[in-house]
Amino acid sequence: MHATTPLSSIILVLFGSFIGSFGAVFLKVGAEHMKGSLARLITNHWLALGVVLYLLSSVFYMMGVAQGQLTVLYPMVSLGYIWTILWARLFFKEPFTMAKIGGLVMIIFGVALINLGNA
Amino acid sequence: MLYTGRDDVNRLTSPTTTVIETTPQTQGGMLRSFLLVFACTIIGALAQLFLKQGTAQLGARATHVSLLQVVKDPTLIWAYCMGILTNFKLFCGYCMYGIVTFLMALALKGRELSRLFPIIALTYVWVTILSLFVLGEHMNFFRSAGIAFIVGGVSVLGLKK
Repeated sequence: MHATTPLSSIILVLFGSFIGSFGAVFLKVGAEHMKGSLARLITNHWLALGVVLYLLSSVFYMMGVAQGQLTVLYPMVSLGYIWTILWARLFFKEPFTMAKIGGLVMIIFGVALINLGNA
Repeated sequence: MLYTGRDDVNRLTSPTTTVIETTPQTQGGMLRSFLLVFACTIIGALAQLFLKQGTAQLGARATHVSLLQVVKDPTLIWAYCMGILTNFKLFCGYCMYGIVTFLMALALKGRELSRLFPIIALTYVWVTILSLFVLGEHMNFFRSAGIAFIVGGVSVLGLKK
């Protein structure tokens, strides 16, 4: 079990988390349109798009973890926070805070360390 | 990541905002949220384990895939979607995702997500432990340090400053 995790798997997981971050955006838009009845919840296109993107992102994630090690690949999902925070700033005007910037720097540093440990 | 907007949503959708609702949440309610989210991290980590084991059973065509191959042959996505329905472990993994989503929505209803980030980050710890003991993966200094930084990073994301 000392095989390294292939780069193709890492790329798939990162791509999955990138798509998933758009899922979060559409869920948020959908949630803002969510007022009232269950019928309107079901016919809420934004919400549906968000769910579809989440499912799609999970498929790419699965393709990624099919090979390689979970100790390397699962932590890579945390890079998705970069996109989510970026989209929150762009689309919802949620400000960058010191906590967000500090947290992201730590996450990126952590992912870099894991890649070193994958060698 | 998923629930970043829940707070605003609940505020938007609640018909009348009374003074009582805007005061800090009760001690018991907060504990309930903590416990629910804590349970979510464990269920979520188990889901990861099931997904990893399930994908290994999908056969060589599906397991040796790269992004380029998916772009060339998008039916691979469909093959995986069918795998969710036909492979028991993948199905279980997705059901657990569903349970986690439901419990998280329940835990976060009307509450602040930011305080719960340190608990959510525990998922990375559980997945690592399960990978070591169930999947027989190995650990080294760089990996453990990396995971520690990620857990720390995710924990501070929700801080106010």
